[in-house]
Amino acid sequence: MAQQLEIRNVVKHFNLKHGGKSTTVKALDDVSFDISQGEIVAITGPSGCGKTTMLRIIMGLETASSGEVISCGKKVTGCGFDRSLVFQHAELLPWRNAKSNVAFGLELMGMAQGERDGVADRYLAMVGLSDAADRLPHQLSGGMKQRVGIARALATEPYILLMDEPFGALDAQNREDLQNELLDIHGQTKKTIVIVTHDLDEAVLLADRVIVMKAGLVQEVLTVEIPRPRGRLAALRGNAEFGRKRLALWELLHEERQSA
Amino acid sequence: MKLNEKGATMPAEVVDGKPVSRLSYLTITVLSLIVMLLFLEIIGRRANPMFASYPTAIAVELVRMTADGRLVFAFLESLWPLLVGFALAAALGVPLGVLIGRFRSVEAAIGIYITAGYAMPLVALVPLYILWFGLGFGVKVAIITTLTFFPICINAWLGVKMVPRTLIEVGLSFVASKQEILRKIVLPASVPYIMSGFRLGVGKAIIGMIVAEFFTAITGLGGIIINAANSFETAQMLAPIVVIMVFAVAVTALLAWAERKIAPWHQELTRQD
Repeated sequence: MAQQLEIRNVVKHFNLKHGGKSTTVKALDDVSFDISQGEIVAITGPSGCGKTTMLRIIMGLETASSGEVISCGKKVTGCGFDRSLVFQHAELLPWRNAKSNVAFGLELMGMAQGERDGVADRYLAMVGLSDAADRLPHQLSGGMKQRVGIARALATEPYILLMDEPFGALDAQNREDLQNELLDIHGQTKKTIVIVTHDLDEAVLLADRVIVMKAGLVQEVLTVEIPRPRGRLAALRGNAEFGRKRLALWELLHEERQSA
Repeated sequence: MKLNEKGATMPAEVVDGKPVSRLSYLTITVLSLIVMLLFLEIIGRRANPMFASYPTAIAVELVRMTADGRLVFAFLESLWPLLVGFALAAALGVPLGVLIGRFRSVEAAIGIYITAGYAMPLVALVPLYILWFGLGFGVKVAIITTLTFFPICINAWLGVKMVPRTLIEVGLSFVASKQEILRKIVLPASVPYIMSGFRLGVGKAIIGMIVAEFFTAITGLGGIIINAANSFETAQMLAPIVVIMVFAVAVTALLAWAERKIAPWHQELTRQD
């Protein structure tokens, strides 16, 4: 399979200012990994391990202090339509209705009004929200908001979908519904998906590979050998491979906590 | 705010578990007005009519001065510089506030003058304004614009600063230019703050109007006030003040209504149940 995303020796420093004294914090310390086309990769690890920073660098919202990210064969120098980001709290524009939020990226792409209406309708239907097209974000539940966020990210038809703890703020039932829907969408679109999560179940249920980060380094990469389509998640939890990898992941993160 | 799957069927507001409709809040306001008027009537009637007055006496003056046309003429005379001054203040204040909020270097360069200007004791500067602008329409507009400009500008500035970083990142993630981020994200997100600036500006503009009518050519509602005061006609003096207050309340309500129409999402986000 083609390499869709190549992360090469990425280092990221942050300068923190404390009362005139500036200290340098190393958020990422020489991170490298590849992601293949159509793969779902989860990045997990304890708070402050650099997983969200890594995702933001891939998106182009932050620049690496050194090293590079190559997306679809091109070096990333900023945001681009080959990638889309699903934000942690959806971040819909509150003055635009659901459909207009989905069309936002298309509008910035320069797509004509008539055409973007059609595309937005299609992606709203994909996340099951055709009936809520005219509602403003404050009239949507948390789960519906994040569905609109996903539709907005997909509408520009990126090759890579980046997700920053997208279901972390949802209740358990909504979270599982959205996880199922994400797997369905992946089945339909075969997008490459990178999902940052602190939820171990989510990482193992969704991903082909789980990248475990620790203190700015890739600690371990686990491969989850559950064939696709994986079916409903509720049933998947009984899968032996799920149990093994869930345990392996837990032990990795646990041993880290003991050593810290 | 509680999220609701059906969205449209949320009750207006809930206090102690019981829904309270807009109508009962209106009742509270009306009751408060009645109590206040009664109180003023009782107190006012006990006082020497040179030192104070009371609602019914003022109402009689209102009717009389409206009937002979003085009040209407004075009101229109005051309204014209008020409108021009307010429009100028908005036209200058909003763009400048947005510019200061959007560019850190502009903020560093002129933010301090805006903050200082807001606290400037304008009344003390009126003699200078008269030297610069004369005694007519121009100086009235200048005084009103100066007073109104600062709250409008500061609110626009604040509104732009308050736009969440993540909303701007949504634009960045879709490769939006600086100009697109300003037009499609920053400006719409600032609308509620800009509208609040307008509301504060109305109060300032009215103060500016009266100050101008007192200290430059004596005209309009301010003119009636000062002439009545000079002849110890207290009820006659208070009548235009009532007109001004009613006018301010009406304009503020109109702006609040406009804000609900333009930015219905903001009220929902900030509602405190």
